[in-house]
Amino acid sequence: MSVALNRMLGNKTDIIGLIVILIFLGVLLPLVLDIFRLNLVGKYLTYAFVAMSLVLCWGYGGILSLGQGIFFGLGGYCMAMFLKLEASDPETTAIQSTPGIPDFMDWNQLTELPWFWVPFDSFTFALVAVLVVPTVFAYIIGAAMFKRRVSGVYFAIITQAIAAILTILIIGQQGLIGGVNGITDLRTLHGWDIRDDSAKYILYYINLFLLAVCVLIGRYILNGKVGKLLLALKDKEDRVRFSGYDVANFKIFIFCVAAAFSAIGGAMFTLQVGFMSPSFVGIVPSIEMVIFAAVGGRMSLIGAIYGTLLVNYGKTLFSESFPELWLFLMGALFIGVVMAFPNGLAGIYNSLVEKYKLKMNRVDSASAVTEQST
Amino acid sequence: MFSDYSASELGSIFAMQGFSGLSLFCVFLLMALGLAIIFGQMQVINMAHGEFLTIGAYTTYLLSVVTEKYIPGFMNYYFFLAIIVAFFIAFIVGYLVELGMVRHLYKRPLDTLLATWGLSLIMQQIFRSAFGAREVSPTLPDWLLGSYQLTDIIEIPINGMLVVSVTFILTVAVFYMLNKSRAGLRIRATTQNRVMSGAAGINTKKVDRYTFAFGCGIAGIAGAVFTTIASTGPTSGSLYIVDTFLVVVFGGAASLLGTIASAFSIAQAQSIMEFFLSGSMAKVLTLLTVIIILMIKPEGLFSIKVRK
Repeated sequence: MSVALNRMLGNKTDIIGLIVILIFLGVLLPLVLDIFRLNLVGKYLTYAFVAMSLVLCWGYGGILSLGQGIFFGLGGYCMAMFLKLEASDPETTAIQSTPGIPDFMDWNQLTELPWFWVPFDSFTFALVAVLVVPTVFAYIIGAAMFKRRVSGVYFAIITQAIAAILTILIIGQQGLIGGVNGITDLRTLHGWDIRDDSAKYILYYINLFLLAVCVLIGRYILNGKVGKLLLALKDKEDRVRFSGYDVANFKIFIFCVAAAFSAIGGAMFTLQVGFMSPSFVGIVPSIEMVIFAAVGGRMSLIGAIYGTLLVNYGKTLFSESFPELWLFLMGALFIGVVMAFPNGLAGIYNSLVEKYKLKMNRVDSASAVTEQST
Repeated sequence: MFSDYSASELGSIFAMQGFSGLSLFCVFLLMALGLAIIFGQMQVINMAHGEFLTIGAYTTYLLSVVTEKYIPGFMNYYFFLAIIVAFFIAFIVGYLVELGMVRHLYKRPLDTLLATWGLSLIMQQIFRSAFGAREVSPTLPDWLLGSYQLTDIIEIPINGMLVVSVTFILTVAVFYMLNKSRAGLRIRATTQNRVMSGAAGINTKKVDRYTFAFGCGIAGIAGAVFTTIASTGPTSGSLYIVDTFLVVVFGGAASLLGTIASAFSIAQAQSIMEFFLSGSMAKVLTLLTVIIILMIKPEGLFSIKVRK
């Protein structure tokens, strides 16, 4: 048990890093910000799940997925379908020509709930689906690609195409899953109003708790044998394969974990923001999420959270006042991070710490020398 | 789905959809030619390729505005000048991009993807600031308008024929350049064995720079030609970028013949299915088929066999 705990917590700096970000997000921000802004931070934090998932599969596994939005969206849609069914009980939808089905289905002349909506009536099923549907989907994609040794650039392009396909499918199915508007007007979770302030506070903390859990799970994986193998196969895949490991299985595993993380983010997004739409599934949001991870540092789970917060804060700040400037900045961020700071914020932080340690050592040894001489 | 139509109707449907598929094929091929050179020869993923196309399109638009205002008598011929100018402007921008950015990233292909995506965001915003968010079209010369009546139901627009012929000429030219000329020989040598080519006296850095710029220049020509069939907006290049990458990957990255074959099959599949299904379902089915075939043949349709 304690071995597992050690692996989750990592070394002393890792523990401090986790405590610092938990205090920052859990104590400091709720004290400083009003509930509107805090809800906004909560929304950013749901993207942090995706950024962390990219640290796992891109930073450590070397698998750049340009379709993490797929899993974010699938998780979000699973949650949204449950909430939508709850929001459209026969009494509230009495004015529709078919009461008891979601409003957008009624607008599209559907008279019956489609079969894949039926099981989402149960909350347990929806919760399981949030995790299982994206993971199974990731398993199918991963198994089909990695077993055939599709990797690197080709994998990135194909995931991008899958994200495009899914967006086109959702937008095309106006009646079945809400089309381009997405699933909107979500009100309650088991009769609990998710739109009032106290619910928003609670959801924010649930979100934070899940984020911390994901950090621990991520560390547990990375600090173990799987993590070492991932790093090894990122550098020399063939050599790992010749050592007798089935490389594909490790890649599939980490890709599935990444999908599950993203899906949790998607579900929390739906709960906190109150809707889900195809604009979070496609290519553009997926690539933006890659930049969150890159800015934070592709090798650091905590860094990914900071990166997400920072980029999104910048986006909100600039797109409120200078919308044109934001695209320039975003572009410059992509280029700058890739060219000048490949390890992102975490990399800058680490090199600063290294420098400081070196300096401290020098001061120590210098004072030791002076002490000896006196 | 075929039973509702008679044989002759089916024939004309296939002919008409086939022709509209042909213009889609030209769009894909013109974009993919430049991309296949850059990606296939240099392993650089240029996500800003669509923006080089937009550069060509805006160049044509600017030239048409200038010609109309100052030398209206030249209106009938400016288009040929536009193609050449579009090539050179895209070439120069591509040269500068390679010099300033891409050459630092050759060892990290996935990072070129992110950096060029950033570049494409910046370029789109520049277009938006310079030309406005609205779509523009150049005034086309009179001889380009109208169409040629083939049979009672089949008529072929002249601008479509222009696109097809430019695509044909350009493809032949690229083929000739890569396979017969000295510059092409250098490019192929550098791709196949960089160290050896360097030792044999080829300046591989220079080859890389000109290859990248040349690929961008071709995108510029593509942009000039597209102004005849569609209007241009700040984001019009990025609409096709994912499709084009799939075309290149599907065809086999280093094979121009494969690029042509895959552009043709994807365009025709999509266009013919569009008649029977909705446009979005046709696209979904086409992309899905491509992905499934890619899973079976990860190296693409026509791959050069190498030991790894």
